[in-house]
Amino acid sequence: MPQNLVDLEGVSHTYQKGKERVEVLHQLDLEIPEGDFVAVMGPSGSGKTTLLNLIGGLDRPTAGKVTVGGAEISSMSNNQLSRWRSNHVGFIFQFYNLLPVLTAHRNVELPLLLTNFSGKERAKRASIALDIVGLADREKHHPRELSGGQEQRVAIARAIVSDPPLLLCDEPTGDLDRETADEILRLLQVLNEEHGKTIVMVTHDAQAAEFAKRMLHCDKGTLEAKEAA
Amino acid sequence: MKYFRLIWKNVWRKKIRTSLTIMSVFVAFLLFAFLSAVGKAFTAGEDLADAERLIVLEKVSIINSLPEAYKNRIASVPGVEAVAHANWFGGYYQEPRNERFAQFPVKPYEYFALYPEFEMPEEQLTAWADNRQGAVVGSQMAEALGWEVGDRVPITATIFPKTDGSMTWEFDIEGIFSTDDPRFPVNFMLFHYDYFDEARAHSQGSVGWYILRVEDGADPVAVANAIDTQFQNSPYETDTATEAAFNAAFAAQLGNIALIVSLILGAVFFTLLLVSGNTMSQSVRERIAELAVLKTVGFDDKTVLGIVLSESILIMLLGGLLGLGTGWLILEFGGMLPGVVLPSSSIVTALGFMIGAGLLAGIFPALKAMRLSIIDALAVRA
Repeated sequence: MPQNLVDLEGVSHTYQKGKERVEVLHQLDLEIPEGDFVAVMGPSGSGKTTLLNLIGGLDRPTAGKVTVGGAEISSMSNNQLSRWRSNHVGFIFQFYNLLPVLTAHRNVELPLLLTNFSGKERAKRASIALDIVGLADREKHHPRELSGGQEQRVAIARAIVSDPPLLLCDEPTGDLDRETADEILRLLQVLNEEHGKTIVMVTHDAQAAEFAKRMLHCDKGTLEAKEAA
Repeated sequence: MKYFRLIWKNVWRKKIRTSLTIMSVFVAFLLFAFLSAVGKAFTAGEDLADAERLIVLEKVSIINSLPEAYKNRIASVPGVEAVAHANWFGGYYQEPRNERFAQFPVKPYEYFALYPEFEMPEEQLTAWADNRQGAVVGSQMAEALGWEVGDRVPITATIFPKTDGSMTWEFDIEGIFSTDDPRFPVNFMLFHYDYFDEARAHSQGSVGWYILRVEDGADPVAVANAIDTQFQNSPYETDTATEAAFNAAFAAQLGNIALIVSLILGAVFFTLLLVSGNTMSQSVRERIAELAVLKTVGFDDKTVLGIVLSESILIMLLGGLLGLGTGWLILEFGGMLPGVVLPSSSIVTALGFMIGAGLLAGIFPALKAMRLSIIDALAVRA
């Protein structure tokens, strides 16, 4: 049995909206084993992205405990969380969020600037990551010179360059056509199956969710398991 | 250093905006170079003054003259080693703007004996002494006006017409003197007092001021008091002071240069802070999502703060070093302001200003970048 990489125990998350307190997640329990590929679906405002932010250490729960890779990240300080994120988690966004002033290679190298690797070593690792996503020949291109699918591949290369065990994807195909979206999803499958990455993907797209090993449905702050097709 | 490429690329994200900001920094530091050099030039006399040289002036005003007959009486005061005198001629070569190159009638050997810092070949000094219409000229003035030894140059007088009513005085350039110290302005001309006194239409037998050197071991203050006491209650009372005090008084005739320079630079740098602060604010506002991504991948608050501040300082350094360097080149090789050089202390001050202004202009945008919430910043994009 694979060990759990992600453990959420009694996690609640609320925020203040004017005078009203809004509860986004309600006493949520979730276990994600190493090597899993989970799709989280649900309507807008159901708390999917909040869940992803809590697992990725971008936000802290109002109540409960978030443990990732044995580390309780819900009690870490901001600086501890920054350091933790750089080593343990890769993020993939809907709008890629590449830095337009940097080439594909430099965008991918970005997380490695926080390591003690030499410039040569950083360049080598960035090239390997771009090779994995099939963009070795686009290293010198700037984001504006790439298609949407290629930009998302660069973003994936950036997410895996520091070899984190966990990838968090927020609507990774939301801005792509069907064919390109499927290519990106197949790439995520490869990363999951061949490179052992645990993936949590938030999506509205039922077809995208089918690429995952299992599906969770998020609604009104609670999670419900669904069988993958 | 590993963040330099990222900082450099961010600085040049909007090339036109960054170029315009750098241009404003360039102009500010070019102005700084000129003004600090000019300001220093006005007070350089105080730094360069010889402590053993005293200047004797007419007590009431620097523009009043003294009788030439005072020379022997001054020379006889105990403690006085040597005496010379000079007058303000106030002429110009070809155009009134060349009045900045002053001319002084002096007695050649007496004057040069008191100013050993001026270097000139012995044969040129002799040739000048032997030619009543001869003159010697400082190397900076000769270079600026294109004069060489052997030239005959006309100087138009503004104060002293000749006895025949002519305002044009002609001189033969017999020598060019210079100094080792670049701060010492050798941008003036010397000619024979005897020729001047004989040929001028009025004020014969008067001199502008006396210069004297006190003997080794003599007390300059006591010597100055003895001279002034000697001429007390005479028609031409004297005021004897050190060369430094004389130079300071001379510069003060033009107003408080240091204050004027400070006020101008203060206004320029205040404007500069507004311009560059605005540039940095815009730059940060435009890339909130990118800064959030940096934080998402693990850049901590201090690193983000440092990156934005470094961008601001880099813009200041680019414009500032360009402005300061251009100013130095113009002052050093342009020949526009002979004797005016950029002091090394001003270079250090300018570097401090660049870093300080960069920090001030960048601090608020950098704090905003540091404090931004990843969730909120990414939500704006989504």
